[in-house]
Amino acid sequence: MSEKYVVGYDGSQVASRALDFAVARAAGEGGSVLVVHVLEWSPYSFLTPEEIEERHVRRKEELARAESALMAPLKAKIEAANVPVETQIKYGHVAKTLCAVASTEKATQMVVGRDGDGGLSTRVFGSVAGSLVQIAPVPCTIVP
Amino acid sequence: MTRLVPTAVLTAFFTFLAAVSASAQSIDDTINGIFASSTGWFVSLIFSNFPGTSFPWIVGWLVIAATVFTVYFGVIQFRAFGHAIALVKGDYSDPNDAGEVSHFQALATALSGTVGLGNIAGVAVAIGIGGPGATFWMILAGLLGMASKFTECTLGVKYRNEYPDGTVSGGPMYYLTKGFNERGVGGGRILAVLFSIFCILGALGGGNMFQANQAHAQLTNVFGQYPGWITGIIFAGIVFAVIVGGLKSIAKVTEKVVPIMGLIYVGTALIILLINYDKIGWAFGQIFAGAFTGLGVAGGFVGALIQGFKRAAFSNEAGVGSAAIAHSAVKTKEPITEGFVSLLEPLIDTVIVCTMTALVIIITGQLISDPETGNYLLNEAGTAIQTVGDTSGVALTSAAFSSSIGGFKYILALAVILFAFSTMISWSYYGLKAWTYLFGEGKTKELTFKIIFCIFVIIGAAASLGPVIDFSDAAIFAMAVVNIIGLYILMPIVKRELQSYMSRLKSGEIKKFN
Repeated sequence: MSEKYVVGYDGSQVASRALDFAVARAAGEGGSVLVVHVLEWSPYSFLTPEEIEERHVRRKEELARAESALMAPLKAKIEAANVPVETQIKYGHVAKTLCAVASTEKATQMVVGRDGDGGLSTRVFGSVAGSLVQIAPVPCTIVP
Repeated sequence: MTRLVPTAVLTAFFTFLAAVSASAQSIDDTINGIFASSTGWFVSLIFSNFPGTSFPWIVGWLVIAATVFTVYFGVIQFRAFGHAIALVKGDYSDPNDAGEVSHFQALATALSGTVGLGNIAGVAVAIGIGGPGATFWMILAGLLGMASKFTECTLGVKYRNEYPDGTVSGGPMYYLTKGFNERGVGGGRILAVLFSIFCILGALGGGNMFQANQAHAQLTNVFGQYPGWITGIIFAGIVFAVIVGGLKSIAKVTEKVVPIMGLIYVGTALIILLINYDKIGWAFGQIFAGAFTGLGVAGGFVGALIQGFKRAAFSNEAGVGSAAIAHSAVKTKEPITEGFVSLLEPLIDTVIVCTMTALVIIITGQLISDPETGNYLLNEAGTAIQTVGDTSGVALTSAAFSSSIGGFKYILALAVILFAFSTMISWSYYGLKAWTYLFGEGKTKELTFKIIFCIFVIIGAAASLGPVIDFSDAAIFAMAVVNIIGLYILMPIVKRELQSYMSRLKSGEIKKFN
């Protein structure tokens, strides 16, 4: 069975490094890459009546923007490296959503970057990389 | 010279302010006069009593409707209760739809429009006049009201308008027209126009001026007397920034803080109940005894019943149609699921929050009773029960909470202001939807309404516009007259939706995801 890498990608530099790492591994062993962009979203946040009314339209816009600005350029680049690539854009809690995708898509490995910021908010709320270490369903590589 | 200039400027400024407030005073008088003479008949009509009783017919109208819906849908409020909770928890939400408005968000937003001054000040008025027994009837009316909410919110979603750009508009004005057409019943358009007019008036009055007015009253309670227009201008400025300037951050902060304030309020009430746990049994005894005997209140048990029913209806807005506007903006495949979720609103608003207020007032012993007979003592006018600090309304609630937890009046003042603000934001939206229904959608038209809305914030805080507020309360209940006629005509459609959904739920066609 060939390796399938789930890569968490948000357009940042560290995310690009994580992606490069995964693409290089996949290219070497004939594996594939599934790039996942998660838009942070909680169904328990509070919205104003107007935000509720506009939400459906905003969601469509956000998905379209993520697709054209983040995912489309990537696809071309990774395909040029002869690595089969898929992309997904999801809403939800970032770490949990990445794990859910990895499980449903039967990925064999996960790769994420880390922002290296050990500040107060990270101490209180934890980081994506930190959460993945604890809950990832498959081996997870964290690229600095 | 250099020191004189600022003084001169300041003097001129204060003279100007005095002139403004003086002219505002005369404007108030003029508005009062015009309103009282031209709308008095309308107010008396809406709040008039059933012949030979002191029971306002509009309260009967709401409670009878709630009872009819409860029977017609086979006590849906209890049958669907578990399912409603499951929907709010997201058990039936497709993960692929994440990013759309969740049931929880729809419920929270609709609740922040109804939980407000009615729960804090209104309940105190009801208990002060109707005694502890009013609580029993309030809870009963709250439970019945769940069926009205279920009916109107299902229809709101089912008959909303969806526009090409993906935005949606819904509410009674849409189901009155489209639903009536579908059933082949005439007059829908007339009812829809009437509803929209009442909704705009209700939004400017009860949803705006009354809130600004009470927020100012609460501020002066804490900080001492100062002119109302100062509160008005500050509030109007913030409301303007949110609804015209699109300053979402303020609204976001409020929408986050209001639920927290609600939890703090209920939590504090629970703590007070725990402190006085030995009196809880006695308090419920008073509530039941008062419900059927009145325990000496004016009008006996009927007096308690009227106060309780009235408060529930005023507080949770079940049958008024406002919630149907709030819920219809939610994108959902099944209209009936919004109905299920919305039936939790009267439960939270009335059966939980209002009851907490009532229990705290009773348990902290604010109401004075005769130790020999056990009956409550009335004030000299015989209109209300004597209280420890001779307080009523929000001051009574404040006194009750502060007697157990000192300094709570500051938290309560903050809660009142935030509740008032979030209610204003919600009603500005309801009013706007009615406005665009009448005049059409468009930037300029919407801006016109929003500016009018802000001006009314200042008027509401600045003046004691009794007749205007009476009128706007009457307008909110006039919404219920029109809306409930529509609900009676359209309830078979809701029943069809209900049967179809329930059979699909049973067969497993509607899947549980979590």
